[in-house]
This record gives sequence, C-alpha cells and structure tokens, in this order.
Amino acid sequence: MRIAALLAAALLLTQPGSAAAKAQAAEPAAACVPVDGTPTDGAAAQDGRQKEWPVHFGFGHAPSAEEIAAWDIDVRPDGTGLPTGGGTVASGAAVYAATCSVCHGATGVEGPYNILVGRQPGDAFPFADDPTQPKTIGSYWPYATTLFDYIRRAMPPETPGALSNDEVYGLTAYLLHLNEIVPEEIQLNRESLPQVVMPAVDRFRVHER
Amino acid sequence: MNDNQTINRAGLISRRKLITAATATAGVALTRTADGRVVQTTAQNVPETPEDPTKVPGATSSVIGGRSPFEQPERILTSERGARTPLQDLYGMITPSGLHFERHHGGVPQIDPDRHNLLIHGMVERPLKLSLRELKRFPAVSRICFLECAGNLYWYGREENTPGDICGMTSQSEWTGVLLSTLFREVGIEPKATWFLAEGADAAVMTRSIPMSKGWDDAMIAYAQNGEAIRPEQGYPMRLLLPGWEGNTSIKWLRRIEVADAPFMTREETARYTEVYTDGTAHMFSFVMNARSIITFPAYPNRLQPGWVEIRGLAWSGRGKIQRVDISTDSGHSWASAQLQPPVLSKAHTRFRHLWQWNGAETQILSRSVDESGYVQPTGPELVKMRGRPDTSYHLNPITAWTVRRDGAVVFRVEDLWQGVG
Repeated sequence: MRIAALLAAALLLTQPGSAAAKAQAAEPAAACVPVDGTPTDGAAAQDGRQKEWPVHFGFGHAPSAEEIAAWDIDVRPDGTGLPTGGGTVASGAAVYAATCSVCHGATGVEGPYNILVGRQPGDAFPFADDPTQPKTIGSYWPYATTLFDYIRRAMPPETPGALSNDEVYGLTAYLLHLNEIVPEEIQLNRESLPQVVMPAVDRFRVHER
Repeated sequence: MNDNQTINRAGLISRRKLITAATATAGVALTRTADGRVVQTTAQNVPETPEDPTKVPGATSSVIGGRSPFEQPERILTSERGARTPLQDLYGMITPSGLHFERHHGGVPQIDPDRHNLLIHGMVERPLKLSLRELKRFPAVSRICFLECAGNLYWYGREENTPGDICGMTSQSEWTGVLLSTLFREVGIEPKATWFLAEGADAAVMTRSIPMSKGWDDAMIAYAQNGEAIRPEQGYPMRLLLPGWEGNTSIKWLRRIEVADAPFMTREETARYTEVYTDGTAHMFSFVMNARSIITFPAYPNRLQPGWVEIRGLAWSGRGKIQRVDISTDSGHSWASAQLQPPVLSKAHTRFRHLWQWNGAETQILSRSVDESGYVQPTGPELVKMRGRPDTSYHLNPITAWTVRRDGAVVFRVEDLWQGVG
C-alpha cells in the first residue's frame, strides 16, 4: 500500500514534466519565431526591427532576493514553493468552522458555495454523463498541492491572503481528510503534502491542439 | 436593432423609452438598469431636443465626448463576477471598451499605476522588475484580436435569448503593448524552460501556466485598448494578452511572470477550465478557441417583415483567419457563402453579411464558420458525442440557429443538448 502510494507519488512528480516536455519537444531555446504553424502577425513584424535593437535595453531594475520572495507564492506539484510550518486535521477543523463553513457548509457538502467534499463510488469519473455530480476535491482535483496554493492566495474571499501558513496546512489536511484521502493523524508539511496522491490524477490529459 | 422592443426579456422597460419620455416632459424619470439598480434620469443629462436642429445653435465643445443620449447599449450583467457584450447592438468588428465583456474571480481591483510593477523571474538569466513607465519604453506593437472566455455558451433552456445572452463573452479590441518575446529577449531565457506562470494583482491572485512557445510567438503585455489605457475591467494598468486563446489565460492586472520547466497545476487549470469527455478523461490546457460564428441580425428580439433582409453576424477563430462563413436560410438544407468584410485578420472577429429575401414562411437561419486551418464549426450533436452533457460550457462552439416564425418573431432554437450549461 505504502509502496504503491510512493510509486503513484513518483508518477505525480514526473507526469506534468513529461507531458510538458512532450508538448515542448520542438521548442527553440531563444528565438522569436512562430512554432505552431499559425500566422504570427505580431512576432513576425518584429523580426526585422529586432536586428537593429541593442542586446539589452536596460530598462527596469534587477529585483533583490527579498523582492522576489515577497511575491513568489506559488506551490507546484513537486512541492516547490511550500513554506515551513505544518498543520493537522484537528487544527484545520477549527479554522474551517470559524472561517470557511459559512460558504461551504458545516462538513463541506452543504454549500451554499462550491461543494468541497465527496468521492465517487469506485472513484468513477462520470462527469460527462451526469452534469449534476459536483466536482469535489476528492473526485476531481488532480493535485493536492493545488489546494494549499489556492487557499493561501485566494481564500477566504473577503480577506484573501490573511491565513497563516500553518492555518493553510491545517485546512488542506482537514479537507483532504474529509475527502477520505489522508488519515486523521496526518501531519501536513512541505515534505508530506507533495506525497499525497489524488484519486483523479490519472484522468487528466494535456489537450492536443 | 431592437429599437421596437419596449420590454426586454427580463421584463424591464428599456432605458431608451424612459429617457425619451423624460425628454418629452423635461422632467425626472426613474430608470431601472440591467443590474436592477434604479437610477434617476433627469433633463440634466438628456438635453432638450429641438424640433428642428438647424434652427438653434448646437452644443459647445467638451473635454470628453459621450454617446448620444438616444443610444444606451449596455453590458448584460450576469453576476457580480461577469458581464457580457451586447453583440446584437454593435456594428463592425471593434467592441467599444466600455462594452467589452467582463469576467473576474476576485472583483475588479483599483490599482495605482505608479505603484504597480511587473516581476519576471525563475529560469531567466537576469530577473527584472519593471514599472508601467519602464514597460512603455520598450518597442511597442499593436494588433486587433478577439478575446473570448473559455466558457461562452448559455441559453437557460429558453427561446428568449439575444446573441449577447448566448455568446456575449467575446469581444474585440485593438491592443497596444510590448511583445512578451521582447521581454524574454531582455531577461534571457534558460534553454530548459518550457512553461511560465502568469499571475495577477487582483484578490484572486489569478494564475495560469502558459507554454513558452506562446510567449515567443504572439503573446503581448498590453497596456492600451482601443487607443487609450486599458479599462480596469480589462486589466489596468497591464495585462497578458494571448491572441486566440481562452480568455482566462490572458491574466489581467499582471504583476508576475515566473519561467519554469513544468506547468504549475494551479486551481484554474485543473479544478476549473478543464473539459470532461465521454471516454472518462478530462482535458487540461485546451487553450485555443475554435472557430465560431453567430448571426447577430436577425435574432431575438427582432421582428421581421417579409422582403429583403441583410443577415449580419460575427465569425472568429483562435487558429487564424476566418476563411468562409456559410449561411443557411432553409433550416440547414442548403448553404451559401456569406460576404466577409475586410480586413479579415488572424484570430479576430470578422463581420459577415448575406442578403436574403424572406417570403414569410417559417424557417430557421444558421451560420457555420470555417477557418484557414480547415476547421469547420461543429453542430451541437457532434460536440455532445465527444463531450457528453457537461456542467460547464468550456470550449463549446456549436452552430447556432434562429427560428423565424410566420409572424416575423425571431427566437433562439432551443436544443436540449447540455443539461447543466447556462
């Protein structure tokens, strides 16, 4: 069970990168040329002008490490960007009751806004057949790190960004537990969160354009 | 085009009629706007209209112009987070900035341009922070293109839908700004970079992952729209603009670009803006908006009289230029090519027209666009076969039909294809 989880975690770590690598196989490193065969009136018109441009215009300034860190809040599936700290199901339950339940209901299924909690029997994926099925975290979200990233940047709507990192870890643990994805005793932190494998991860495909 | 319509679909009395009434009495009228607010319309903002304008001097010069008080097109408010372009009220190919559709996830932020910066970092040789003023010093470029929300199909299961109700989440502007390739060149991109994250300075701190190929191709950081600064609803003071791609990826109020070697899997590209298929998969990073068209006249709520009718509409494709628009006036049995109004631009709304003599019999009129890649706008049933009956309208671009009844009434042809959409 544990090995399977780790294997799946490894899949989770490599899948987005490999999909991206496949999509970008023919990527030129640094050339202003169209690559997808579509007309590029903008870029093409610039080509001639660029020959007369300086190597660098020199506008703007080089940001300090602190300036970058202050804005660099994203969290990726491999855990890059996760802060120190941590949270538990119990700590998250308290934050949820005080902050989130007014919109998402006492246990994440009552609404009035997005239904957060619920699994499909056998982790089926019936959404194209039955549009009434809610796309919950447990039935639809492919990456657990997305939950941390989204809560921290955009929730709650009236005071976005107000939750501490520990509170966000706790909420992530609580919501993953309500969706029967992590056990009640889970300690979520920058090491454990990227190991969580979501039920729907293998359902997603990069659309071929 | 709906001048004769005194009561609109929501049962609200049109502003024009009320303003006309206010003018006639030179008094005060209460007008209900599309979002349900009641506002006072007085003779102060509707000047008295002379019987003969050649017999009295006109108004003096002004520092900023406005619309004739007799013209009051408005966006179609759908929620606190969205409003659609009234496609049926517009002419030509450009959407007036104030009627460009709106869609936001944390409200429209108020941003002081002197305190707004753009940060470019990650897999770059020289991280860079730019003020608006500094961004504007780079070589600029302008282009006309459409911007369409990924989810742009609604009908609420009723016949009484205007073109704007159905697909008013598409608009077109002339955008001016700096090509992203110009900035990539400035910062130097590491060879292994394949994706970048774009992030907004709104309350949603909206983020999407974009392939570097689009950044090198025709992506732009726009600061102007139709000759003036971008409107707040469209991303003031600067936004990402990805021609032909789903609107959500053109991050508004842009403050940060992080270059990386994999997509970031943000909420808006996983839990949202993904499409389920009948084979049990969900597609992500769909990006390109496929070819679409809509007849904007005649359409609900117009009423036709037998005789000559110029059918008018818009066609567009995220893959390039519109090559052809087919029109059927006999419920899809036969098709003829519409006239395309030059210039036909890549990834741009293209106006089409087709002259038709209506004999008074009930029929259906349809439009079908074909783009230069050969893509043909699909029918609803063709889409249902692949997509099932999903609860979102992401990337649904079916042929739309209008029924012309014998009494001249024009109504939307309801197709019960998508249970949840709308």
